[in-house]
Amino acid sequence: MKLLIRGGLVVDPETKLNNISDILINNGRIEQVKNGIKADGAVEIDAKGKVVIPGLIDVHTHLREPGHEEEETIASGTRAAAHGGVTSVFCMPNTHPPLDNAPAVEFVLLKAQKEGIVNVFPIGCITKGSNGEELAEIGVLKKSGIIAISDDGNTVMNSQVMRRALEYTKMFDIPVISHCEDTALTKNGVMNEGYTSMVLGLRGIPTHSEDIIVSRDIMLAELSSGHLHIAHVSTKESVDLIRQAKKRKIKVTAETCPHYFSLTEEDVKKTNYDTNTKMKPPLRTREDVSAIIEGLKDGTIDCIATDHAPHTIEEKNKEYDLAPFGIIGLETLLSLVVTELVNKKVMTLSEAVSKMTINPARIFNLKDRGSLKKGNIADITIIDIKKNYVIRKEDFVSKSKNSPFVGRTLAGFVEKTIVGGEVVWPIKEETNR
Amino acid sequence: MPLKSKDLLGLEYLDKKEIELILDTARPFKDLFTRSIKKVPTLRGKTVVNLFYEPSTRTRTSFEIAAKRLSADLVNIAVSTSSVVKGESLIDTGKTFEAMKADFIVIRHSLAGAPAVLARNLNASIINAGDGFHEHPSQGLLDLFTIREKKKRIAGLKILLVGDILHSRVAKSNIWGLTKLGAEVRVVGPPTLIPYKIEELGVKVYYDIEKALEGVDVINILRIQLERQQESLFPSVHEYIELFQMNKERLKFAKPDALIMHPGPMNRGIEISSDVADSANAVINEQVTNGIAVRMAVLYLLSAKKR
Repeated sequence: MKLLIRGGLVVDPETKLNNISDILINNGRIEQVKNGIKADGAVEIDAKGKVVIPGLIDVHTHLREPGHEEEETIASGTRAAAHGGVTSVFCMPNTHPPLDNAPAVEFVLLKAQKEGIVNVFPIGCITKGSNGEELAEIGVLKKSGIIAISDDGNTVMNSQVMRRALEYTKMFDIPVISHCEDTALTKNGVMNEGYTSMVLGLRGIPTHSEDIIVSRDIMLAELSSGHLHIAHVSTKESVDLIRQAKKRKIKVTAETCPHYFSLTEEDVKKTNYDTNTKMKPPLRTREDVSAIIEGLKDGTIDCIATDHAPHTIEEKNKEYDLAPFGIIGLETLLSLVVTELVNKKVMTLSEAVSKMTINPARIFNLKDRGSLKKGNIADITIIDIKKNYVIRKEDFVSKSKNSPFVGRTLAGFVEKTIVGGEVVWPIKEETNR
Repeated sequence: MPLKSKDLLGLEYLDKKEIELILDTARPFKDLFTRSIKKVPTLRGKTVVNLFYEPSTRTRTSFEIAAKRLSADLVNIAVSTSSVVKGESLIDTGKTFEAMKADFIVIRHSLAGAPAVLARNLNASIINAGDGFHEHPSQGLLDLFTIREKKKRIAGLKILLVGDILHSRVAKSNIWGLTKLGAEVRVVGPPTLIPYKIEELGVKVYYDIEKALEGVDVINILRIQLERQQESLFPSVHEYIELFQMNKERLKFAKPDALIMHPGPMNRGIEISSDVADSANAVINEQVTNGIAVRMAVLYLLSAKKR
């Protein structure tokens, strides 16, 4: 089947395209990108006035299946992704049971094939049970289809185990994703430690709890020459540490999330203890936000990820201390990037898009994805960059609605999401995918 | 001038005029205590629910007496923290009382922000009777009332808070109230019990009690929670006594007429020596009496707000 996307402004960081073009898709792959393509029998999509970008790749998603299907499932999570213009999600292994064994990974892949509408790439555990003590069977996990390892949600506190993980993965050429949190320092903390936590009477999480592990893991990456990928960077010091490490040619990459460049700890106070401002790492200060933005601009931070962490209304609608950490992010990712980074002229659309397309594809060795190059798999997102819209709870496709951005007006509306040459958003249920 | 909010969540959210209004309103209520019938019909037909998720004797009883002296109907609910975690949510509990037409919910909770959660979800007036390490506004107000009554003013006074500032909601409400009314506030204690960035609230931080006491008009001594020793926040009770206990010797560094205050319950012989607790300068029992007058004023003013 042929699909022709006609007349859109094609923005592709990899091929440096930034002009009006047509894109012809044949058998799920990109066949041609140029103006005035003629393709008899192709289904046409009119993209005039719209922007056409490579499908977004979210390197940090929690799909919650298996174990917490009341929060999200592979079916609902991939629909939320499609709604947000995300064509590939990397799902974190802290499910119940965790993805520390081949059958668990195979279950996710099978479910994704049966019920998912975007690509699902599982991440396996670093250690058995994510308990930080014994390496998981990383080679077996790799064979079963994982693209990286992480004990996300937990830090591998034992430096020797972390060192071994970084060394061992070198033979598979996969990154070790580090959740940087010194758990002795974050114990019982629920928000950033500082003036606001003091005034609100909430226990603080110091920025140093992140910085110490970032620093340690960079040293271990240097020692082992393994590939370290740092998850959800939130502090100024972490950005500086990563910047210095890159200068010293240590193999380190990093991601941040939209909430770390668009919200601060003051939002906890402004919203009067709204638990949708509770996430880990916590929202930091304005100074940290500026450093995150600087890190995105100068390339210190390679990717923008969602850390999509769904929780039910019942779990979140309670006292701040008792609510779980995390917010959903798949459906607001692109709009927050457009609103906070592109429209505020922090970076160009192409630069911003690279953080969610080609950079993740390169870092995690996804061949044939992340760009609109001829021959690549046709994962494409079409957006109306000028359209402003209000984020509403009832529009979320995710099973969970825990977003601090509800009520905000954002720009950058996802019109269509195409995965492997097939339109998956807006959803046509009759396609029965 | 009514209060701006339907709720009393903390002194941070009140302006100077509102604080003064509450203190001024408490004055005639205190006068009522000298009469043979200490009751007025002001809140007849109103219902106050005392919803205490944490054990408390003095605050709960104080609100109870305050409500009764205003002729309100009162219900006392003591909820153990474990049943909160296992059972009904805070919001549903609050909604149940609202369905029973409660006008006021006085809530004590071990977690900061719990009263704010209720205030956001209910139409009833929510009164914070202490939430986690956040605030204890009625205690702050009764402390202000007591200081003003004894010293005839608050502006320009030097007031020292001693001890566990980190875990003290009383300290927080004191700081907001006292600084808004123009006092100089100092805090002293081991650095592990002084909250990060507290100086941004406009207070002076000391670690040496004798220096901190120099020239102070009021000393408010906070309760030391002995379990903090297990958290390595201080090495031993013995060392705490050595460094920070308020005793007769140390008192000499303050002004001779310095008021001694304590929100209670006291650990006699630990944060305060008995001779100081029982000295002529101590107003600890008067704080308790004043607490009723201040809480009557709060209920009265919030009730006026609702009308």
